[in-house]
Amino acid sequence: MMLRRELKMKDEEEVRAFGIDLGKRASEGQVIALEGDLGTGKTTLTKYIAEGLGVTETVSSPTFTIVKEYHSGRLPLYHFDVYRLCDPEELFDIGAEEYFEGNGLCVVEWADMVADQIPEDALHIRIRYGDKEGERIYRCTF
Amino acid sequence: MKDGKFLTMAFESSCDETAVAVVADGRQVLSNIISSQIDIFKHYGGVVPEIAARHHLENINEVMEKALEQADVTLKDIDLIGVTCGPGLVGALLIGIATAKAVAYATDIPIIGVNHIMGHISADFIQHPDLEPPFAALIVSGGHTNIAAMESYTKCRVMGSTRDDAAGEAYDKVARVLGLGYPGGPKIDKLAKEGDPDAIHFKRIMLEKDSYDFSFSGLKTAVLNYVNTQQQSGKEVNKADVAAGFQQAVVDVIVEKAVSATKSLGYDKLALAGGVAANSALRAALEAACKKNGIRLYVPSPLLCTDNAAMIGCAAYYRYMNERENGDSSDAGLEGLAMDAYAGLPL
Repeated sequence: MMLRRELKMKDEEEVRAFGIDLGKRASEGQVIALEGDLGTGKTTLTKYIAEGLGVTETVSSPTFTIVKEYHSGRLPLYHFDVYRLCDPEELFDIGAEEYFEGNGLCVVEWADMVADQIPEDALHIRIRYGDKEGERIYRCTF
Repeated sequence: MKDGKFLTMAFESSCDETAVAVVADGRQVLSNIISSQIDIFKHYGGVVPEIAARHHLENINEVMEKALEQADVTLKDIDLIGVTCGPGLVGALLIGIATAKAVAYATDIPIIGVNHIMGHISADFIQHPDLEPPFAALIVSGGHTNIAAMESYTKCRVMGSTRDDAAGEAYDKVARVLGLGYPGGPKIDKLAKEGDPDAIHFKRIMLEKDSYDFSFSGLKTAVLNYVNTQQQSGKEVNKADVAAGFQQAVVDVIVEKAVSATKSLGYDKLALAGGVAANSALRAALEAACKKNGIRLYVPSPLLCTDNAAMIGCAAYYRYMNERENGDSSDAGLEGLAMDAYAGLPL
């Protein structure tokens, strides 16, 4: 069954609480697919998910390297940014299948660019700007 | 050995580039081949980011042959093999490592792993034969932004890193916002020359006092907000002014932190490295600030700023010599045939 709901994040504090909660609940082999324009806070949300997992390293943007790994938390965190891929198929060339079916939590930024490659049971979060400054709307599908 | 010189062959495949080089006595480049610069690869459809390990695999043997040929040596002349073992993309790193290991196994040449960032710093040793540690190092590229204390040829202590976007990445993202295309660095640098850096003020994000860490994500968002606000109120966006204002904000923060780190260490030398080192505004501002503070600035040539294997060969040479002379193998695990790839290898 598909569940869809919209959440309003008033500020970064609410994003933090949401992200930490997601990180705490995350299970092995789970994939979180993030969509949203530049500056909507995909990496920021991922930082808080990492905090919820207990990751102690600094989670910085994976744009350049496509994927970064963090092993200090309760589960390994594999943080993807697929923006730079020329072709969705390249996701497999970098071993994404092994990550998706692995023992950790995968968070994929710009997941809409590789929609066909994202596992069916992934949690989707589509982020857009709210009306007020700092406000974000999360449309979650899972 | 050839002509009495110690030869290192090095491999680099941590991200987009497949590269192989041969260096003599650590600092003299005999060949420095980067796959994207070779014509024979044009038939694959020009220069595409070789994100996929598959691309590295297709290229690496030819790049190695070319490197040996251009250096006018054979594997018999090689004394040491160096290879990047992190940080980077695991699949891409593994191609370089597997190739280097295969050659080492077949020829019995010793093999040593190199940290990619240490390689970038070593580019300055190649460019400047007189440069000796200790010095402060500033590494700015698409994937990295670091300030480090280079205490000896092999000992490097990180003082600061980016907490979100790397400097080069901030350039790429702002270029995307302004519709300038990829790669963003050179495009913004060029456009900024036509703009007024004081027309739009973007906040300089310095973080905590005495911190040498960087944060560029907020600046990217500030540029986005400015552009969106202008467009929503029907005002025209002066792209040149935005580019100039953004670039000034990045440069001010980097220069301030790099110079104060160098001074806090009591050093009088600062070595710049990484792809963004080619940025004209950054170089000009660093040169001025270093001159004012009695610091000598070292900058590598553009080819040595990008990902290349000569810098890896240089770093491998010094690590190997250090271990041979001092019996220091503190970085165990980065040498021999048991070597692995480390995506998040720390400096």
